[in-house]
Amino acid sequence: MSLFNAIDVAATSLEAQTVRLNTISSNLANAQGVSSTPEGAYRARYPVFEAVYSETLQATGSEAAGVRVSGVIESDLPARREFAPSHPMANEEGFIYRPAVNTIDEMTNMMEASRSFQDSIEAMNTAKQLILRTLTLGR
Amino acid sequence: MAGSGDMLGISAQALALRGKRMELLTANIANANTPGYKARDIDFAAAMRSAEGEQAGLRVTNARHMGGSGGADSVEAMYRVPSQPSLDGNTVESQREHAAFMDNAMRYQASLNFLDSRIRSLKTAISGQAG
Repeated sequence: MSLFNAIDVAATSLEAQTVRLNTISSNLANAQGVSSTPEGAYRARYPVFEAVYSETLQATGSEAAGVRVSGVIESDLPARREFAPSHPMANEEGFIYRPAVNTIDEMTNMMEASRSFQDSIEAMNTAKQLILRTLTLGR
Repeated sequence: MAGSGDMLGISAQALALRGKRMELLTANIANANTPGYKARDIDFAAAMRSAEGEQAGLRVTNARHMGGSGGADSVEAMYRVPSQPSLDGNTVESQREHAAFMDNAMRYQASLNFLDSRIRSLKTAISGQAG
């Protein structure tokens, strides 16, 4: 029944948005990290979403696409260099490297992810109500 | 013998189509952040006409007959034309999808109500007494 497929599709979205929220919290948690080399500085991570037409869904004649995280990419922005000779992590020249994490970007990303999560939950709830209502048909 | 589709009228087909549309709209909402995803929907009026055509009598009574196209499974999904194209190629417009989703859910319930009263009148007819 297609309404059950709707629940499956919404569930794939919940999963993908959860991965997104995880990477965002990882980015935010590491935003203040310090390293003495540019390579050692944390790099922001972002998931890449991809539409997926699963075989189990297509077997039921469904054309709906779910979402999947096809991979997690690392930001290639260079680490921010800061002159702080008194810092315990400073290198010989007195520099430390901070991750190029834009907190504002991360926060807006988080808002979008949480709204998408809510949308999918809402769609799931509606499908559930309609299924329950269909089950009482003719009583 | 009449099939259950004939007894329950057009609402049974409408219900199946509404369910199918629900699935597509949920997929659109789920893919609101997927780059390159194209939002899809079905033309309900056209799908309903083809379902009605099937009901009106494209029955297969001979092995050489071709079955009519129609029903909820053979409905073709079409791509939505976005009013504001986005840079990443995604054509899902959240507000539009939500409006369509809500509308579809209400109409699904309406079809359920029609079916309910239809079943009730059939039951009355079978038992031969009112109430």
